[in-house]
Amino acid sequence: MTSRKHDRTTLLIGATTPLLAACEGPQSALDPAGSAAELIARLWWPTLFVAVLVTLLVLALLAVAIFRAHKRNAALPLSARQSRNLVIAGGIILPLAATIPFALSSFSIGRTIDAPLPDNAMTVEVIGKLWWWEVHYLDEAGDRIATTANEIHIPVGEPVRFLLKSDNVIHSFWVPNLQGKTDMIPGRTNVTSMTANEPGVYRGQCAEYCGTQHALMAFLLVAEEPEAFDDWLAGQRQPAAAPETDAQARGHDVFLDAGCAACHTIRGTPANGEIGPDLTHIASRRTLAGATVPNRTGHLGGWITDPQHVKPGNKMPPSELTPEELKTLLGYLESLE
Amino acid sequence: MTIETHAGPRDVIDSPEETAQLERTWHSPGGFIGWFTHVNQRMIGKRFIITAFIFFLLAGILGIVIRLQLAAPEQQLIGPELYNQFFTMHGTVMMFFFAIPVMEGFAIYFVPLMIGTRDMAFPRLNAFGYYVYLIGGIVLFGSLLLSMAPNAGWFNYVPLSGKLYSPGYGVDVWTTMITFIEVSALTAAVELIVTTLRMRAPGMSLNRMPLFVWAALVMSFMIVFAMPAVIVSSTLLILDRLMDTQFFVVAGGGEPLLWQHLFWYFGHPEVYIILVPALGMISTIIITFTRRPIYGYTALVLSVVAIGFVSFGLWVHHMFTTGLPQLGMSFFTAASATIAIPSGVQIFCWIASLWGAKIRFHTPMLWVLGFFAIFVIGGLTGVMVASIPFDTQVHDTFFLVAHFHYVLIGGAVFPLIGATYYWWPKITGRMMSEAAGKWSFWLAFIGFNVTFFPMHQLGLEGMPRRIYTYATEMGWGDLNLLATIGALVLATGFGVTLINAIWSLFRGQQAEPNPWGAPTLEWATDSPPAFYNFRHIPVVASRWPLWDWERDGERAVVTGLRNDRREVVLTSVLDAKPVGVQVLPAPTIWPFVSAVAASIGFVGIIFHPIFFVIAFFLVFFSLVAWFWPRRPWRED
Repeated sequence: MTSRKHDRTTLLIGATTPLLAACEGPQSALDPAGSAAELIARLWWPTLFVAVLVTLLVLALLAVAIFRAHKRNAALPLSARQSRNLVIAGGIILPLAATIPFALSSFSIGRTIDAPLPDNAMTVEVIGKLWWWEVHYLDEAGDRIATTANEIHIPVGEPVRFLLKSDNVIHSFWVPNLQGKTDMIPGRTNVTSMTANEPGVYRGQCAEYCGTQHALMAFLLVAEEPEAFDDWLAGQRQPAAAPETDAQARGHDVFLDAGCAACHTIRGTPANGEIGPDLTHIASRRTLAGATVPNRTGHLGGWITDPQHVKPGNKMPPSELTPEELKTLLGYLESLE
Repeated sequence: MTIETHAGPRDVIDSPEETAQLERTWHSPGGFIGWFTHVNQRMIGKRFIITAFIFFLLAGILGIVIRLQLAAPEQQLIGPELYNQFFTMHGTVMMFFFAIPVMEGFAIYFVPLMIGTRDMAFPRLNAFGYYVYLIGGIVLFGSLLLSMAPNAGWFNYVPLSGKLYSPGYGVDVWTTMITFIEVSALTAAVELIVTTLRMRAPGMSLNRMPLFVWAALVMSFMIVFAMPAVIVSSTLLILDRLMDTQFFVVAGGGEPLLWQHLFWYFGHPEVYIILVPALGMISTIIITFTRRPIYGYTALVLSVVAIGFVSFGLWVHHMFTTGLPQLGMSFFTAASATIAIPSGVQIFCWIASLWGAKIRFHTPMLWVLGFFAIFVIGGLTGVMVASIPFDTQVHDTFFLVAHFHYVLIGGAVFPLIGATYYWWPKITGRMMSEAAGKWSFWLAFIGFNVTFFPMHQLGLEGMPRRIYTYATEMGWGDLNLLATIGALVLATGFGVTLINAIWSLFRGQQAEPNPWGAPTLEWATDSPPAFYNFRHIPVVASRWPLWDWERDGERAVVTGLRNDRREVVLTSVLDAKPVGVQVLPAPTIWPFVSAVAASIGFVGIIFHPIFFVIAFFLVFFSLVAWFWPRRPWRED
């Protein structure tokens, strides 16, 4: 029942939809699927039309000006009065006529987009990390009820408030199909909101240069029907499933013994590191490493053994595991739905 | 000092002996050591121009490497570390070490010639500014070769550029060298202001000043008001990095947004500092190649002045995504849109001037016409990004990359290349090839648009700036490949001009004093001019002195200045009435020594604070030697 229209992150979500027309995509401001992005796109098209018109007008006047006396013996200048009228019409009236309506509609759209949400709107806290996204779902009291990373789910049709923070450098939170970007600035909490009008998987990417791996700091935003979203959130709130098989139990031990737990949390186990992403429900995510590779066994194994190959310069150290240890570890992690 | 009128197009009154003495007095000494003692404004201006174009070439090569890396998705040409250094260096060098110095260089070379004087007000300060610039540029590029280049972007935002997230010397080099280069810009600005206001030829009242001189004057005032902001911010940052102050450190109560406010308070006028002299170049070229007075002189001057003022009220439009209050930011939307009016007035004054004229389509004129097509598009996208909601979508994307390359390459580099073709015969005494010039223009014009137009689309499709790679699935590959092909064509276009310039030095046709039939004073002397610029300082009676002389068959000049020392005429600020004579200093090594001493401080402090103390004393002693009183009036 999920619309295929926006399901286009082919590699990242494992689908095989071919690329569509150029200006549509999982990360395009020209393919809006949210209220704010729709308003901005509605500002863009008439603006583009006027801009093209003004460009053609100025260039046409220029062409007339320079070719008017081209084949003649004498110059054919404007009179002083004609020149004055031309400058007033083109240099003052034309810019005013073009910019005043544009500025006014821009103010009005800006106010609409920026209007505060009702107090009981769902709130998601997103913290920019080097180079990934920490995501917390808050209850009405503002307490964290679920934690995940690099993948945000929201219910379709409901406005969602985002609290944007950073504890390191400046990042910028941006999902072009849904909303313009807002910076995440250390020492501040910025607020933005999104309302997805169509279900789909959209891609967001850091838009403020933040160091070595700025390029591979992305995330997925999954807009789904409210029931599906409620199921998902209920799942994310649970602690991790206990290992069911011996192999998974051994994998769990490998996780604790190999040092993974120093950086990562798996709720419901002794692993409570806070440096890297929360892995409690890692198997439920579509991607790894900040939406860099799809979450499949091969990619997960490659990421654990040689993360610097996948995303050079990232903060995850390589792990020295025997093939047997790696296999059980992967088995355990893939059980964390 | 007297004013005499004499018949004939050339100003020969003195005997050959007197001229030879004048030549000796103003001579710049030869030899290796002699090179470091030059103070003549044309020597210094030429060095600024050549050095800046070398940096343009180097930063352009970095730009090509960036384009090659982005030509296809998931390329492995250079990794993230090198890519980040390259785009940081590309932006920094283009903005600080090419665009401003080259405009200053043209102003230093041509303002004294256009206002009819023999040098600038403070020739030694001029030389000091050049060495500071040269040393700063060499250190910055040296850091790239030593793999300790800055990598926090040309805007160098904190906290990324703070000690915690950028350990190592890269950002230290950036921060100190930026402070250093700003010193150079300030010396040139002060110099240009005083020269323009007090050393114009008698009769050249403010309303007869050539439009390029007006533009250089506005640029200089903008430098004086804009540069201190970046000097303050980079000094605060270097204190944070070296002395553990906490101006920008959140944990210590610092404020990252303070950097952005200070940087853009400088950074936005900076764009117009580059653009304004280019506007002066356009007016100059249009006047000459239509061979008639420009329409709307007063409107053009007022527009440039207005652009200068308004540009200081726009900086927050670089910060629309930082979460500042909407209402406050709205004022900056309105102010940004306001710029469209003086820009529009300029464009339409030029169109009115071109209307029905018998235009000579020489190479300089082609570059100016290319400017129109590109700059109008860049200006319109500039109005678009003044809208807060629209900007939240395109800020920090390739749409912005497209926008500012349209404004800066179209608005500044195209007129600059045109001006280079235009003034080349005056600087070198040789004409560049017209055929090669036209090839260069068309290659650059087509290459430019193929490179940067697709970037508008890429930005709207969600491609952020400053990323070294992107996934194939994003669908950005085709347009990026197109942009890279365009970049190679653009580089070829500029390359043709480079070859043309070098070729002309050896094979170019000898240039007449006034090969284009231009009306301004720089064409009233030899090509290239003698060390003293003018044998007699000219007297002007209109905006178009050379056309007057051609029509009247006679001209007035100042006589009675001494030939045995460097004398120039001082005139009043508004009406340019002669009020006195200034004696300028002869060649000296001290500006160079002072620049080296200051550099020891600026570069050394990166490694140890003691260098501040060492340089303090070194600079003190070199300045004492520099300012040792000359007392020329005792000779009277």
